[in-house]
Amino acid sequence: MDFINQTWSWYFSGFMIGIIMIVLIFFGKTFGMSSNLRSLCSIAGADKYADFFKFDWKSQNWNLVVLAGAMIGGFVAVHFLSSSNNVNLNPQTIVQLSNLGFETPNGKLAPDSLFGNTAFQSPKMILILILGGFLIGFGSRYAGGCTSGHTIQGLSNLQIPSLKAVVGFFVGGLIMAHFVFPLIF
Amino acid sequence: MKFIKYLLVGFVFGIVLTKSEAVSWYRIYEMFQFQSFHMYGIIGAAFFVGLIGIQIIKKYKLNDINGTPITIPSKEKGSFRYWIGGLFFGLGWALVGACPGPIFILIGAGFFPVILILIGALLGTFVYGLLKDKLPH
Repeated sequence: MDFINQTWSWYFSGFMIGIIMIVLIFFGKTFGMSSNLRSLCSIAGADKYADFFKFDWKSQNWNLVVLAGAMIGGFVAVHFLSSSNNVNLNPQTIVQLSNLGFETPNGKLAPDSLFGNTAFQSPKMILILILGGFLIGFGSRYAGGCTSGHTIQGLSNLQIPSLKAVVGFFVGGLIMAHFVFPLIF
Repeated sequence: MKFIKYLLVGFVFGIVLTKSEAVSWYRIYEMFQFQSFHMYGIIGAAFFVGLIGIQIIKKYKLNDINGTPITIPSKEKGSFRYWIGGLFFGLGWALVGACPGPIFILIGAGFFPVILILIGALLGTFVYGLLKDKLPH
């Protein structure tokens, strides 16, 4: 079971993500996760407030089913296919994170202060999580896609708009990780 | 029954993203610090496989499982929305270390504070919908 419980290699994982996209294309669909956020808004009644949400979200039900499957996959992978030597970071990264106040992963996917239940007790962390989510939701709809739709499917399909979006993703990420993190953590 | 195949695809997607640690906040930070090749390798390999697959589909004009010729929609032309929308997205991605797929995967895996990220993401999507016609694209 070692080969399953250890961190999967970049080449196998990347290969599988590429195959998943091709499979969805063969099902007559596209690979894009953030469109689900729009569907969920419509289901919750956002179509009463903006025309953007007046669309046939039922035709996108299949994508919500993909998400449901992904949630089950995440549950299975974390609870049955993990080991304490997962998330083996660069030692330099561990030093930098410790300077920012984050613990070494030791197999965990995310720090407890952010993703553990203690986060609910910290107004600062609650604000950070909601704000981060807001930027993701707003930005992905503004840019018309996220990592799956632009970085994987858009670039694979040689779309220049996707290349612009991906450059935007990385510029934003670098600004956050290099300049904003030291100010807020 | 027609949804079973999507559930399966999603299931594999969730496992691959978790076991590759692409859903890990730590890995996203490490990527943006250029301290590991891992995430770049995942994205690069997925791109490479996708590129070859799409080229084959186009060259041989393949049909989907319903017998309809496959067409992959092109992205609308434009610049501003991609640069600026992308920038907003990147800020959020690095801050909470999750993009839309992993948000759901992590909630499924039991990281409950990620529900707050989802609430924020739905709010952000909603606000974009409200402002869409006023924003430059």
